[in-house]
Amino acid sequence: MSERLGEAEIRPNAQLHSDVVPRGRSARSGALGVTVRRIPSTPLSSRSSGALRRRLAVGALVLLSLILVTLSFRSGDDGPLADVQNAGATVLRPFAVGAERVAQPFRDAYGWADSLFSARSDAERYRAEVRELRQQVIQNEFALRESERLREILDYVDGPRFPADYRPVVAELIGRPDSAFAQAIVIAAGSTDGVRVDDSVVTADGLVGVVTRVTRRTARIQLLTDQEAAASALDLRTNVLGIVRHARGTRETLVLDRVRKRDRVRRGDEIVTAGSRVGVLTSLYPKGIPIGEVTSVGQTDTDLYQQIQVDPYVDFGSLDAVIVLVPQEREE
Amino acid sequence: MTGLRVFAVVFVAALAQAVLVSALILGGGAPDVLLLVVISVGLLRGSVPGAVAGFLGGLVIDLLTLDTLGLSSLVLTLAGFWAGRYGETTARGRRLPALLAAGAVTILAAFFAAGLRYLLGEQVVVQQALVSSLVPTVLLNLLLALPVYALVRAAVREPERAISSSEVEVVV
Repeated sequence: MSERLGEAEIRPNAQLHSDVVPRGRSARSGALGVTVRRIPSTPLSSRSSGALRRRLAVGALVLLSLILVTLSFRSGDDGPLADVQNAGATVLRPFAVGAERVAQPFRDAYGWADSLFSARSDAERYRAEVRELRQQVIQNEFALRESERLREILDYVDGPRFPADYRPVVAELIGRPDSAFAQAIVIAAGSTDGVRVDDSVVTADGLVGVVTRVTRRTARIQLLTDQEAAASALDLRTNVLGIVRHARGTRETLVLDRVRKRDRVRRGDEIVTAGSRVGVLTSLYPKGIPIGEVTSVGQTDTDLYQQIQVDPYVDFGSLDAVIVLVPQEREE
Repeated sequence: MTGLRVFAVVFVAALAQAVLVSALILGGGAPDVLLLVVISVGLLRGSVPGAVAGFLGGLVIDLLTLDTLGLSSLVLTLAGFWAGRYGETTARGRRLPALLAAGAVTILAAFFAAGLRYLLGEQVVVQQALVSSLVPTVLLNLLLALPVYALVRAAVREPERAISSSEVEVVV
């Protein structure tokens, strides 16, 4: 008997239902002779409905994100979403400015600690540079006076010059690129300060980039290290023209492109913006903004142009504040 | 109330990421604190709260950096959801799930973001985005994963409810 019971116990439930228990009754109720019917299981259990709700919620968020990306990308700076983004940026601006003020001491501490490693070699190099620059200043002073006198004689007409023909708008940084893809910064100055799209942005060290987007109180700057940024430039020593752009595969190195092989560019040459005009197209950057120093010059038989690497004067990783150059002629 | 705390944590992380953390470049990469916070929310609160946190965090960062709206939201929504599902299923009973999730999601998010930007016609330099900066970013994220997870857990933990019962059932 016990063996038979044991056999019965190990039989699968499905078999038990089909052979012994009528449909719609559990094995227990069947064995006890109770006529209570089982509650039929619902087609959608709580587990599967939870999964459905979860998928719906995430699907809705993904769909909303895709709609935002599409509208934002297609409408650019003029669409309705741009107004929403401008309003959002204006609302968030005080938080960003506050956070920037809080973060500043930490950034300074990081910069101080970082600079300790190279302090001794930097000091030596700067001392040598100061000696060299002191001599250059005297020569430049003479050259400037001579240049002014010749301009007056020739009645020379020139384009807008940096920095005399621009009103500087000094602005604090309130946002930085959040990934390796976007080489851009956000500053706490916008259209109310006179900033417009395509205005040049500099620091005391040199060229930073150009304004690509403006809201009432903030603006986005495309850095010179962005893949899509470029500036017409010239070698200050030889007046050789080229285009400065970001060097692929590096973070902050620039290249002076489109320099013919016969042109002479040397290591240590200073590169500045050319401010050149090609037909009706004028360079976004005014003439004479320092960009960087040539660190290497090379050429191959197959390339049409020389390969010139430029080390920018601006340290793009430690920008705190920048100067937007607002043309004075626009304000008149 | 907990939802509000989660949003506050995500908002502060987005601000910190935009203003401070993304400038701390070490070895060519910078840590992504917002991504770590979204992963932690996903692991602690589940897939849907993780996805919502990612969406809101992405929205804040896109507004702060005036980037294409929705781009970061899309990446972070999926990151938060994936971390949440991982926490609800495979990670149960495992040690240090935050570490594994941080490593995996950082790599996946970088590839996904690179793909999205490529689709939008932006020039993406694969070597820089996915090799030079991704390796140090992953390492920095792994380094910060556990402290960030602990901070988020302390911030969004639900208060423990006092058990009060008038009857006691003896189970034999």
